Amino acid sequence: MEEKETKKFNIKLLITVIISLVVITTILAFLQRLVEPKYMDNSGEGSLIEEYYDNIEDHQIIIVGDCEVYENLVPPVLWEDYGYTSYIRGSAQQLIWQSYYLLEETYKYENPDVVIFNVLSMQYNEPQKEAYNRMTLDGMKWSSSKVGAIKASMMEDEQMIDYVFPILRYHSRITELKKDDITYFFDKPTVADNGYYMQVGIVPADYVPEGKPLGDYTFGDNAYYYLDAIREICEEHGSKLILVKAPSLYPKWHDEWDAQMVDYAAKYNLDYINFLEHTDEIGLDYNVDTYDAGLHLNVYGAEKLTRYLGEYLKENTDLEDLRSNEAVAEEYNQKLLEYRERLAKKEEERDAGK
Amino acid sequence: MLFTSYSFLFFLILLFVIYYVFPSKAQWVILLIASLIFYALNSPVYLIFIGITILTTYGAGILLDNSFVKEKAYIKEHKETLSKEEKKAYKRANKTKRRWLFWSCLIFNFGILAVTKYTNFGISNINGIMKMFHSGTELQFVDLIIPLGISFYTFQSMGYLIDVSRDSVKAQRNIGKLALFVLFFPQLVQGPISRYGDLSTSLYEAHPFDINKFMRGIERIIWGFFKKLVIADRILPAVNTLKDSYETMDGFYVVLLGLFYALELYADFTGGIDITIGIAEALGIKVKENFIRPYFSKCIKEYWRRWHISLGAYFTEYLFYPVSVCKPMLDISKVARKILGEKIGKKVPVYLSTIIVWLITGIWHGAAWNFVVWGLGNCFFIMLSEELDPVYIWVKKKFKINESKYYYRAFQIIRTFILMCSLRMFDLYRNVPVTFKMLGTTVYKWNIASVLREGIWNLGLTGVDYVILIIGTIILFSVSMMSRRENMRDIIAKKGYVLRGVVYGVLFVCIILFGAYGIGYDASQFIYNQF
Repeated sequence: MEEKETKKFNIKLLITVIISLVVITTILAFLQRLVEPKYMDNSGEGSLIEEYYDNIEDHQIIIVGDCEVYENLVPPVLWEDYGYTSYIRGSAQQLIWQSYYLLEETYKYENPDVVIFNVLSMQYNEPQKEAYNRMTLDGMKWSSSKVGAIKASMMEDEQMIDYVFPILRYHSRITELKKDDITYFFDKPTVADNGYYMQVGIVPADYVPEGKPLGDYTFGDNAYYYLDAIREICEEHGSKLILVKAPSLYPKWHDEWDAQMVDYAAKYNLDYINFLEHTDEIGLDYNVDTYDAGLHLNVYGAEKLTRYLGEYLKENTDLEDLRSNEAVAEEYNQKLLEYRERLAKKEEERDAGK
Repeated sequence: MLFTSYSFLFFLILLFVIYYVFPSKAQWVILLIASLIFYALNSPVYLIFIGITILTTYGAGILLDNSFVKEKAYIKEHKETLSKEEKKAYKRANKTKRRWLFWSCLIFNFGILAVTKYTNFGISNINGIMKMFHSGTELQFVDLIIPLGISFYTFQSMGYLIDVSRDSVKAQRNIGKLALFVLFFPQLVQGPISRYGDLSTSLYEAHPFDINKFMRGIERIIWGFFKKLVIADRILPAVNTLKDSYETMDGFYVVLLGLFYALELYADFTGGIDITIGIAEALGIKVKENFIRPYFSKCIKEYWRRWHISLGAYFTEYLFYPVSVCKPMLDISKVARKILGEKIGKKVPVYLSTIIVWLITGIWHGAAWNFVVWGLGNCFFIMLSEELDPVYIWVKKKFKINESKYYYRAFQIIRTFILMCSLRMFDLYRNVPVTFKMLGTTVYKWNIASVLREGIWNLGLTGVDYVILIIGTIILFSVSMMSRRENMRDIIAKKGYVLRGVVYGVLFVCIILFGAYGIGYDASQFIYNQF
């Protein structure tokens, strides 16, 4: 009898434990969503990676890299002027191994004809900053690529479990929640146009600091390892890889770095365009085409650069102009319209001094 | 591997699964392996030190035990033939051999502790003396490793040896089991210091899975983590700022430091012990309590019966009593009675033993004069309180103070708390003169208004931190108040499963949400891990 009671008691406790675990997990999942950064205010770059999953399709061009791609190249313009479909998989200070894993992941969904990689991140041979890691990696869907990207990116004080359960990383935000955290709890609007993050400000590049001289200009082994990996995965999937260096005036792109990229491209028969050497042809005016004194282009500069790139692609690749394809045109014309509306809205806000 | 690290939590979950999946006869072996892994993960080199302690303690224990067995058997066998004198002589000879063995092992192991922990303290004192005599030479400090938890495991294993030497416990003949007693990981790094007789039975016996016991352990672990992560580690930046900025933060800042440190130390140490006891409980093992609401003590003597109970009990049992009745002390007692009279003379050995105990307690806590003064400070107040007892009685009688009244008990509790906070300052400031100076500023520097208005915002805590700390402290205080007659977990358990689930669920969510852990917080080890 007593044994029976104990058993009953145990079962009751077991049920309590199970229910408690379910309730706690639900509450923690809710809280996790609440405390995770929504990246809607001034740090919209953090939303770029996850927006890709709402735009999965067969893009002709995939562009990977850091801010030098998502602020300098405009996919709607490539469509408008050349009929090319493209998407930028870029994020703030996106390191080369993150670009590789994002590309690896992209190949799971689609097979682009051309892959464009901006080489600025070759300068980093090891993880740099946890905050930037999170902006890139949090947005990725779980897959072996995300695990690989996390492992390759973690700083000394980071742990994988913080990525698995972001509440462990962001729990302290509970005391600093903002309106955005509630507003965008369930859903949030897109901040980019096929990965392009628009900037309409105009800040002339009056002064460009001299780059600091380095002791050793040789790119690191790790950086080369992932550059090789990017090249190989492109070869494997039959994509043409084009290496580019955006026309940002700062951080300084050293001649020694450029020479290494020229050599690498020559060695593997790749295209490499250093846009810094073509600023006149592009038509860039650093008095009006940059929003932060030469670090990044604003939308006006980015459109110019994109058109230059479009011309290059037209002359050097077999990409098809899809503007006559009704289904694609319908979708991309809508995207173009949204892009124009966003531009008009942002200009209006800028002019209103917001 | 810190208790608060993710790796420790994984380790623990894995252990719980393996521990209850394998046949219960193998549980002690699983625990031993787990303890070895836990210790080796901190540093494999440490295993050499603890291994030496285990081997020497095991060997000495067996030899001592064999000696007792042999002696008893011999006397029993020759009961008829041996004279009383011969029996005495035989026993004496055996005792002498045992003493040699016992003291060799004891000195050897405490020697390791002394060398690893106190060599540099000795060197700094020698250098200080040489400097006083204007000697040009200076000894170099040595870079010695201090094995994790050495104070705890040395004390615990030597406690076992003393018990065996007294023939009050039988020596453990299975070296693996003795190793487990010394290495048992939950209590290895911060205690409590268990006695072999108290721990061994439940440590070695089989424990079939019992969800009631298991969940009770988990509840205690959750409570421990709440104290450590939500309270202790959150207030830590303020404590560090206050003690490090002693040149500018004086007067009421010192008072604030006393209060903050009291909270941090309590939440940290009792939180750690809650985790320790909780883990043991979830494994079916009974570890003795180490705290009984110490901040409700009415005098320092009582405080030390309720704070770090296992250490106090250890010193009482293995140091105070033996020293009080040792031959030299009895001789001193005789002389003192002759010279100072019966009344004062009989107190001399007691007070001398007390001083020795507190001196060693101080040094045990840290290799610095701060801790020596801290220990002797405790001793001074305990003895002063004893001596002033007649005065207290007179005052109470004269002013008709009723000791059982609430206000008087509150006065006693607050007085003891203030005294303990003041003494703990020696634990905080960099040296003894600075500590006295800082304590002095609480008397003459009246900056309470500016500290409360502006100062508290410069301590590394935000308004939200203060709110969390205030709520956390209220919870701590309420739990202490409610636990006066019955254990809080028992009270909650009686209220039914729903409330039980809600209470621990909320605590768990609070730890996740309000705990000071992860990037942005310093991974702070438990304060008592350092001893």
